[in-house]
Amino acid sequence: MIYEVFRQERKGQAFQHAGSVEAADEHFAESYAREQFGRRGESVALWVVERGSIMRIEEFVDELNRNYHRVDGYPLKEKLKEARERAAPRDR
Amino acid sequence: MSELLLEIADDELILGWRDSEWTGIAPFLEEDVAFSSIAQNEVGHARALYELTARELGTTADELAFDREPAEYRCSELVELRLPEWERTIARHVLYEQADAERLERLKASDDPEVAGLAAKIDREEIYHRLHAEMWHERLKDEPRYVEALEELRPLVGKRNGHTPELTTLWEEMTSVRRSQPAGTTW
Repeated sequence: MIYEVFRQERKGQAFQHAGSVEAADEHFAESYAREQFGRRGESVALWVVERGSIMRIEEFVDELNRNYHRVDGYPLKEKLKEARERAAPRDR
Repeated sequence: MSELLLEIADDELILGWRDSEWTGIAPFLEEDVAFSSIAQNEVGHARALYELTARELGTTADELAFDREPAEYRCSELVELRLPEWERTIARHVLYEQADAERLERLKASDDPEVAGLAAKIDREEIYHRLHAEMWHERLKDEPRYVEALEELRPLVGKRNGHTPELTTLWEEMTSVRRSQPAGTTW
């Protein structure tokens, strides 16, 4: 079985994916996760979770192409540039 | 006391050396990392124990580890054997960790605070060795080859009235770098 390992580098920080270990059961997974991601003081905590227990979502429907929902929906770069020029016209 | 410390140090050094023979060829990658790390820990424990004993005896850790004749080592026959079969290696690991745990408990109760302190420190790492040994034992305990290996090796735990020829072979390898040092070299 594959176990995904997440590690926390310092207390209070977000856990980040560290890698995965292949292990026969959760006892082996604990041991291997400790050895690979914990023994050099690089983590203060680990989350070890069997890959099948992770809910995976990768379909994101946007049939009507409503780009205003997206982070790139409102390109600000051009607008900002215009606003700046209005505020302080470059004299050239 | 220094005799007991040497006994443990020799066990840990020789076992660490034997276990490290699996580095790169353990059954799978994760186990390779885990078992190599255990081997490295054992050698680290040996070093700390040699340093403590060396202070008592007025010598150095390196001299204790590498400058004695094979016959002077106090390790048990259990740790000397070259065991290229994984189930026998695991059987030794399980038997050794059980015996080592009992020995460390006695050492932790020592009147000498330095000895008790070092034993406690070592034991905190050995906890993970024992977990590793126990999970393998659970996994293999119904495998005939493993059960046979346990029976074969059990009588060698604590057998210290002589050495196997395999210790000499290992000793040659282990001390070759040290012995090749030209006389008078210092760093």
